[in-house]
Amino acid sequence: MHILIMGCGRVGAQIAATLDAEGHEVTIMDVNAQSFSRLNPAFKGTALLGDGTEEESLRKAGIDQTDAFVAVTERDNYNIMAAQLAKHFFDVPKVVCRVYDPPRGELFKTLGLEVISPTILVTQLLKEMITQ
Amino acid sequence: MYNLSLKENTLYVIIVGGGQVGYQLAKALLGEEHEILVIETDVKKLTRIEDELGGICLQGNGCEVAILSEAGAERANLFVALTNKDEDNLVACQVAKHKFNVPRTIARLSNPDNAALFKKLGIDVTVSSVNLILEHIEEEIPTHPLTHLHALRNGELEIIEVKIPPGSSAVGKRVGDISLPGESILSLIIRGEGIHAPCIDSIIQANDRVLAVTQPDQEEPLRIALTAT
Repeated sequence: MHILIMGCGRVGAQIAATLDAEGHEVTIMDVNAQSFSRLNPAFKGTALLGDGTEEESLRKAGIDQTDAFVAVTERDNYNIMAAQLAKHFFDVPKVVCRVYDPPRGELFKTLGLEVISPTILVTQLLKEMITQ
Repeated sequence: MYNLSLKENTLYVIIVGGGQVGYQLAKALLGEEHEILVIETDVKKLTRIEDELGGICLQGNGCEVAILSEAGAERANLFVALTNKDEDNLVACQVAKHKFNVPRTIARLSNPDNAALFKKLGIDVTVSSVNLILEHIEEEIPTHPLTHLHALRNGELEIIEVKIPPGSSAVGKRVGDISLPGESILSLIIRGEGIHAPCIDSIIQANDRVLAVTQPDQEEPLRIALTAT
């Protein structure tokens, strides 16, 4: 699969390395070149400086051939906007975005985005660890 | 469209972003006796607005459901997002529209290229200062063949002005013989001091200024049809 990841933070770098190691064609974008230092030295994919909410940057990153788009920057709204651009403008078949704020995440789920909420997931895991 | 007769012509307008634009808009709308609430995260900006305009502010993030709920967004007639981040304006308007059913949302754009996306995602109006300034620059440059005069139906249609260059293949042709793209209509010809309502037998002359109604995506083919040599 061709996978495009926006945001080379800890999660972005980790998922990029994992998917790359499994043999997928991975491109990872970030607006800050320093972020790419988080990438595993063994990463064989493409690291591209660019803004995932700008059409031109997305085209450069090959969004037209992308099978899956993952938005995992630190900013909820930035992820939501990029994900909607990928889904509704470029018709990427699989689009996932991270939203920390649970009510906002819920709303955009109802609007058709696939949303992952670290807040809810971590809360559940913590609760299980404490109560088990 | 919201109903202007609601509550004796008084609108409840929520403004997200208390910078210079937000402050001036709030002031102008208060002058027209509308009910205004400005949502802003920065306490300094809020204090300034409250010192000048009174208690019309709410401190918080205008993209958060809880804040908009506190703001009473469900009874807002109009929601205006004016921060300097396009993604924040987009999400704030989407939350207002889809969570609180605000009938009309307006977003400020820093990047004019985002207009199409915002429209597709249901934002009713976008305003880009870059585009506004460009329109004025176009008017100032006499050689510029195409000027945007006005957008209609939230940008689905536009009125443009095309200056016919002397070398254009359209010069000397009947209007009826020029193949116009899409649903474009030539609506007025300005020639020297006079104006003419074009009919199919009108002849296009060099240096005519032609006003046309067209769709934004037909603008370039229309320009070519009227100005190409």
